[in-house]
Amino acid sequence: MTTATPTVPAGTQATGKTTSARRVRKRLNSPVATLVSIVIAVLWTIPTFGLLISSIRPENEIKTTGWWTFFSHPQFTLENYQQVLFSGSSSGQLASYFINSLAITIPSVLFPLAFASLAAYALAWIDFKGRDWLYIAIFALQIVPLQMALVPLLKFFSTGVTVAGVTVLPAWDLVDEQKFAQVWFAHTCFALPFAVFLLHNFISQLPRDLMEAARVDGATHPKIFRTIVLPLITPALAAFGIFQFLWVWNDLLVALIFAGGGNETAPLTVRLAEMAGTRGNEWQRLTAGAFVSIVVPLIVFLSLQRYFVRGLLAGSVKG
Amino acid sequence: MAFARTRQALAIAGVLGLALGATACGTGNDKKSDKASSPECAAYEKYQGHDGKKVTIYSSIRDIEADRLEQSWKQFEDCTGITIDHEGSGEFEAQLGVRVDGGNAPDLAFIPQPGLLKRFVDSGKIKTVGADTKALAEQNFTADWLKYSTVDGKLYGVPLGSNVKSYVWYSPKTFKEKGWTVPTTWDELIALSDKIAASGTKPWCAGIESGDATGWPATDWIEDVMLRTAGPEVYDQWTTHGIPFNDPKVADAVNKAGTILKNEKYVNGGFGGVKSIATTSFQEAGTPITTGKCAMHRQASFYANQWPKGTKVAEDGDVFAFYFPAIDPAKGKPVLGAGEFVAAFADRPEVQAVQTYLASGEYVNSRAKIGDWLSANKKLDINNVPNPVDKLSVQILQDPKTVFRFDGSDLMPAAVGAGTFWKGMVDWINGKDTATVLNGIESSWPK
Amino acid sequence: MEFDFAEEQPKFLMLMYGLIAFVAVVGGLLLLLDVVPAWFARRHEAKLVAASASGAPLPRRPKQREGLFALFFLLPTLLLLAVGLVVPAIRTTLLSFMDGSSSHWVGLRNYGWMFSEDSIVRVLINTLIWVLLVPLVATTFGLVYAVLVDRARFEAVAKSLIFLPMAISFVGASIIWKFVYAYRGEGDQIGLLNQIVVSLGGEPKQWLLESPLNTFLLIVIMVWIQAGFAMVVLSAAIKAIPADIVEAARLDGVTPWQMFWRITLPSIRPALIVVVVTLSIATLKVFDIVRTATNGNYDTSVIANEMYNQAFRYQQNGQGSALAVFLFVLVVPIVIYQIRNLRQQREG
Repeated sequence: MTTATPTVPAGTQATGKTTSARRVRKRLNSPVATLVSIVIAVLWTIPTFGLLISSIRPENEIKTTGWWTFFSHPQFTLENYQQVLFSGSSSGQLASYFINSLAITIPSVLFPLAFASLAAYALAWIDFKGRDWLYIAIFALQIVPLQMALVPLLKFFSTGVTVAGVTVLPAWDLVDEQKFAQVWFAHTCFALPFAVFLLHNFISQLPRDLMEAARVDGATHPKIFRTIVLPLITPALAAFGIFQFLWVWNDLLVALIFAGGGNETAPLTVRLAEMAGTRGNEWQRLTAGAFVSIVVPLIVFLSLQRYFVRGLLAGSVKG
Repeated sequence: MAFARTRQALAIAGVLGLALGATACGTGNDKKSDKASSPECAAYEKYQGHDGKKVTIYSSIRDIEADRLEQSWKQFEDCTGITIDHEGSGEFEAQLGVRVDGGNAPDLAFIPQPGLLKRFVDSGKIKTVGADTKALAEQNFTADWLKYSTVDGKLYGVPLGSNVKSYVWYSPKTFKEKGWTVPTTWDELIALSDKIAASGTKPWCAGIESGDATGWPATDWIEDVMLRTAGPEVYDQWTTHGIPFNDPKVADAVNKAGTILKNEKYVNGGFGGVKSIATTSFQEAGTPITTGKCAMHRQASFYANQWPKGTKVAEDGDVFAFYFPAIDPAKGKPVLGAGEFVAAFADRPEVQAVQTYLASGEYVNSRAKIGDWLSANKKLDINNVPNPVDKLSVQILQDPKTVFRFDGSDLMPAAVGAGTFWKGMVDWINGKDTATVLNGIESSWPK
Repeated sequence: MEFDFAEEQPKFLMLMYGLIAFVAVVGGLLLLLDVVPAWFARRHEAKLVAASASGAPLPRRPKQREGLFALFFLLPTLLLLAVGLVVPAIRTTLLSFMDGSSSHWVGLRNYGWMFSEDSIVRVLINTLIWVLLVPLVATTFGLVYAVLVDRARFEAVAKSLIFLPMAISFVGASIIWKFVYAYRGEGDQIGLLNQIVVSLGGEPKQWLLESPLNTFLLIVIMVWIQAGFAMVVLSAAIKAIPADIVEAARLDGVTPWQMFWRITLPSIRPALIVVVVTLSIATLKVFDIVRTATNGNYDTSVIANEMYNQAFRYQQNGQGSALAVFLFVLVVPIVIYQIRNLRQQREG
């Protein structure tokens, strides 16, 4: 990276080179590589495809014949989806759980994103004693299994913090939809180490000259963070955002403990697990349910994929 | 693009919600007070006086069963003004511990394992039942049942639902066609199995896959046989670790069960060989009976819910169950069963009122009428039990000759009863020999 | 049956509160850090002016303010980490020296148990197999595919297909693969793998029952999920290699093989490290796959699964915690590696 174009985001910098890069690559294109990579991609997708086919087959067919027979004896039904989406159980409609999933996921992505980028900036560009050790410590916290954090964190919510008989923080005492706050809190805690690791990796590789020039101009850290760092790391933020979105959307354990199981707060995953659990052998529900839960992350992933690739790309440009 | 639209939808939803919310408020609470004095509420008079209070219940009951549960106390809620908030979870056993230790215990929990109940009693979390509840429980249940929720002479829970596990499911239709008769002794059972095997059908089918509880149906098998070969006294010693898990008497019972479960001639009808038992889900394990690929399936009364739609469960129907015969008639008519206990983590008056109500005759009859449920509660009127198998179970439970024993794996410490015993049985089915499996379980018993 | 919007309204309200809280906390923090130092700066400036007027020595810009800034930048993260992870980690370590009900100290007994119980030793070995194989196979596959796809048409589609499993939850993925491994003793096979075996003239098998093959079959699931992650990151890194270098190398007449080892690999080393580290940690903590596919039966259990069982299902808090502590120990090599990297980076 050169100092001549310091404010160009790393992503666009790459595109600046694409014309010549494309030329090189064009010449490298080989039919063998195309064939092999497509064959592998197809093989990779077969299991998911099988699930999709199974989910539109009648119950009896799923249990007795393989999904590939669908092509020789096509039997099509939407019954499975009908059951999963609209089965009239008093525990509520899937739509309601869907909203819960959204209400849980959005803040659970935003909070760690903001906090981790602030922290990563401080660890990378503010000179203070022991910052490397702090960074390593945060990095190492990734290994704490969240299962072991459930009880202490729940205690924190339900009884507050008391030091030597003095209440430092009262109990949260949340009811119904207020419990979302607990879930946001828990997800944010658990996401931070990885977020700091990923974003630090990126922020610390921004050009040093750029930072120093800004400092010389008298910019304060908050100003540098807002005006220089944030625009530059947007791709990385998008990348982590997708990760966190996928993780929160697919999470079951945290939601089970901190949101409870009712339709006031429980996300989609809890509902689907419930359905699969009580009816272990009902493959048809399981397949349709699994597909319903996949759809949203898939849409999000496909629509944000661009940023994701760019984000991680930029983070690893330089050694 | 997609996001912009979602956001728009959210905004619209929010505005709509505000408008509807304004109209929806205020209508909810008015009805209760009228209802409370109406004649159908007379039975609930003793539980009144807690209007507007809320009681939370946590259990492992989900889906349709949970709907039925909520339906069963609907009138109680209407008449007393107590709101019962029930939550069922497939992770109940693990999550209950997390919630209780995390200081977020439910008011009431339906605990199916006396061993688990005892753990919470030991850590001082469960309240003793109130005086009213205790009086009612002693009136409605036999001492046998109450002893499972009694610790150091104090009662910590009230039995709720029950089931009978000593059943063999079969198809009365097929039996009639083939001229087979329902066996009443162990020898007849084996003779029948041989006869069926000789005719080219595998007589037994079994399946022990059950998600994270895989293995439990096999432990039921062992317990049922143990109760028959060693007798109830030795059975009690076994569940309390009075005799080691690798005692020869236990090995005998396991091997006896093995003469059926690990016999390639006998199993696994409709699924394959012995090892297929390990991967067949318990829910579908008995279904080959309906297609004639299997003749007998040992499973509890609640298996009545697992048959494919349209299967008639009756003594003259498509499927029915007979009592798993005694091996040594001198040891009485042993019956293995299980059930859940209502334990309270709070002692607020409204919580005690609900706990008392759940122990009452009104409740069990109200729940039984909805179907697929039974209880050892003496006030349960057999005429309120629609399902013929449940009727048979009630008869067995209320029969004074019955020697009832609770499911042993539920009595043992969870590390064994929900851990190594289950896993050991999976290994046993998958080819490990009896001695190795039993030694392994013995060494895992918490010291 | 109909959907009641009124019931959902409080949720949107709560979501709105959450977003307001987000703006307030983050915006407030930045504003605070912007306004307060500016005020100090103005005072500093005033002092400067006064000092230069009186001819006194110029006061230096106070150095400790840097540390103060860092503290505020880090404050939310540190607080949350302390509550959410540090306290639990310490608690877990303490519990690992106590008995099952956490009421008596037992010294190292739980650790002794961990290494003497056959089934647990098996769990430890399985975890080692996982953590060695998954990062290795997934990264290698991702790298090969990234190189391959770099020279192929339909690149975007192919990459999306490989990445697709990432969007599926571990539980969902395990269900998909349980379908692939499914076995039917009688009648038609419904599992793809057995169908292939049968059509090749073989006997169908109960794949998930055969140890140690089953552990590898479960690893396949993890690789299937994570290879896409490795591929996307590495592919991006490959594309970032300056075109002129590649061009120059080609003009020098290097073979594709040499190109890979001399140009591609060294250029993408940082990306490789990110991938391997991330995958290693994810693998150490793998839980849902084993739980959903076999529940740890048939000798397939791994530490995270056994830990959950011991601590939450068997009420053996001490033994569960000891397993968790063992996980902490396993991550030490990765941490040391990370420290070395950081040192290099600072020096470079």
